[in-house]
Amino acid sequence: MSDATADPRYRRTPPKRPIRFSWSDERVRAIVWQLLVVGIIVAVVWWLVRNTQHNLEVRRIATGFGFLNREAGLPIAEHIIDYSPTNTYLRALIVGVLNTLKVAVIGIVLATILGTLIGIARLSKNWLVSKIAGVYVEVIRDLPLLLQLLFWYTVLQGLPNPRNAMNPVAGVFLSNRGLLLPWVEWQAAHTGALLAMIVGVVLTWMYSDVMRARRMQDGQPRRVWPIAVLLILGLPVAVWALMGAPFTPDVPALRGFNFRGGFVVSPEYFALLVGLVTYTSGFIAEIVRAGILSVGHGQWEAAQALGLKPGTVLKQIVLPQALRVIVPPMTSQYLNLTKNSSLAVAIGYQDIVSIANTTLNQTGQAIEGIAIIMAVYLSISLSISLFMNWYNAKIALVER
Amino acid sequence: MASDTTTTQLAVATAVPEAAPRTPPISVIGPIAWMRANLFSGWISTAVTLALAYLIARWVIGFVDWAFINAIWSVPNNQTQACRDLRGTGACWAVVTEKHRFILFGTYPYEQHWRPALVCVLFVGLYIVSAMRRFWRKELALVWILALTAIGILMWGGILGMPYVPQERWGGLPITLILSTFGLAFAFPLAILVALGRRSKMPAIKAICVLYVELIRGVPLISLLFMASVMFPLFLPEGMNIDKLLRAQIAIILFAGAYLAEVVRGGLQALDKGQYEAADALGLSYWHKTSFIILPQALRLVIPPLVNTFIGFFKDTSLVLIIGIFDLLTAGKTAIVEPAWQGFGVEVYITIGLIYFCFCFAMSKYSQGLEAELNRHRRR
Repeated sequence: MSDATADPRYRRTPPKRPIRFSWSDERVRAIVWQLLVVGIIVAVVWWLVRNTQHNLEVRRIATGFGFLNREAGLPIAEHIIDYSPTNTYLRALIVGVLNTLKVAVIGIVLATILGTLIGIARLSKNWLVSKIAGVYVEVIRDLPLLLQLLFWYTVLQGLPNPRNAMNPVAGVFLSNRGLLLPWVEWQAAHTGALLAMIVGVVLTWMYSDVMRARRMQDGQPRRVWPIAVLLILGLPVAVWALMGAPFTPDVPALRGFNFRGGFVVSPEYFALLVGLVTYTSGFIAEIVRAGILSVGHGQWEAAQALGLKPGTVLKQIVLPQALRVIVPPMTSQYLNLTKNSSLAVAIGYQDIVSIANTTLNQTGQAIEGIAIIMAVYLSISLSISLFMNWYNAKIALVER
Repeated sequence: MASDTTTTQLAVATAVPEAAPRTPPISVIGPIAWMRANLFSGWISTAVTLALAYLIARWVIGFVDWAFINAIWSVPNNQTQACRDLRGTGACWAVVTEKHRFILFGTYPYEQHWRPALVCVLFVGLYIVSAMRRFWRKELALVWILALTAIGILMWGGILGMPYVPQERWGGLPITLILSTFGLAFAFPLAILVALGRRSKMPAIKAICVLYVELIRGVPLISLLFMASVMFPLFLPEGMNIDKLLRAQIAIILFAGAYLAEVVRGGLQALDKGQYEAADALGLSYWHKTSFIILPQALRLVIPPLVNTFIGFFKDTSLVLIIGIFDLLTAGKTAIVEPAWQGFGVEVYITIGLIYFCFCFAMSKYSQGLEAELNRHRRR
């Protein structure tokens, strides 16, 4: 076999044949077909563009993104950054993008956790647990997401009013105004602590990398967790204490007809998050299950025969192999969740689609509005794909 | 020698008095053993089983109470006070009893409702016939053309003594079925062409197909539907106007085409390279090679993921609610707008959910069965 490939005759490139201008030459046909297809597409696009220009002139709609600097005048209930209706359309759209990211990022994290738990539950030896997980997955996946969102929103709106709010735990209220949680009054020290925690996580990561490299050299196991605890928990606490250790609890309380204070999760956001997380978790559960099943039984047995502890088997043997199967389909689920968050417009959560839609209705800039929506989603999709491809390449099997 | 020992053994065996066939002990087979192995195998498992069983029992009793025992099934002429008194303790199925015609058929003229009903039956029959492998032959295409023509005649009417019904008055389940069926019927050929184009050696055609697929897959369906509803009219020359339903249908076809193309491409890639080379060696032209050698095998490989994609699009047609097309979900949402029936959304959504579930569950079970059947030769 290797003899055959080593034979110099097989490495010769085929002789270059001059192009004959006849239909029987493959290359001529290829050029003709491509010219034809490109020509048709260019003609259609040109026709559409001309129609559009004409229609815009007739309707007196100015093209361009100049409207972004005009005053928006549209109220937005939920905003992470400061916003008022007197701000520009550009700022309103940025608020929309941030709202989309808020639901997408938290949704992805929660859906991954819930989906993994259900996927493992489906493989449980306990018949009842695996059956319940199976029914959950089947029901959730066979109902349209939009229906589920409307259902959750209706359920949340059917909750009692603030005066009769449900109070499962002290300080937590659930009513038709949403979910209220106790919180602290946010001050500079808290921001400092949060930043310190991020720094701590990065430092821990670097530290564990160095320790792993040393372990690879001399085979001695080294403890990472004491330093990790110090960096991730100790550092933020120290920063917080240095900045005066402010702590004022902010517990929601009923004032008149509504609640004051506390951390408010609006019914719109809550319904969207619950709907997206339960829907996507059904798909993630199946991916996780397939991933774990893809690792052969022999791998478990071989690892056990080597005397490894069950935790080590899972962490060092099974998970790395299962992740290779899990990550690519998981990427598309993350993308789906992000794109599905656009259904927010149906229940009144003001994400980018909702705000861009209002913008294009107010200004009549249909083309620009839809171009903005598409550009935002394309860039979010592209970033998720790039990150997941990088992660996938990191965990991929190193082959010869 | 060998035969000697066998005979002695046989003699010994027959000498032992006949023992009655004994069943294995009760702790190894039977329901008790099954429960011990699958429900109570350890103290954690036992605790989980008991806790879950308690929760399920409570929830089922609560649900039965709400949905059947305390429920109100009909009320006289929109007097919903009785229902409102029961809020939280009993379901008001009266809203479904009252509005079921509206939810199923929308604003279609009331005395003509037999027509959309027949259309739904035709669609379901079409799905069943297409699902049976014994009908997978060329005549099936003819059956499809005939059925879709019949559906068009029934919906529009205007001949055979049926009064004409304009498209604006169509609604409910037939719209959902039309959008998904026509969407897939047109998206599938498009997807095959795009998948072939993406694997083509011609750089310009490949680039166009890649651009189309990636662009569509990167944006949500809603943005395409918005495009169809607000931007599309700007594209057309003055005076030319396309119906809103058709515009949404085009958006769905374009969207489904990109996703299906990726599934088909998976099949083309999974096919053994030898099949392509053998077809080339026989001197077949590109279209002969594709239609007689490659596609029959490649499509067979991807039938299960194709059915899963179909399920996805069947559900996704509900998104036309956002641009105001009257499909099943929109009809349900509109049914509870009337002040007398406001606040009974849960009952309506459960009913609509059941309809969607029936279709999707049937498709998903079918896909699983098909997968098992097509993989039979691979199983040991």
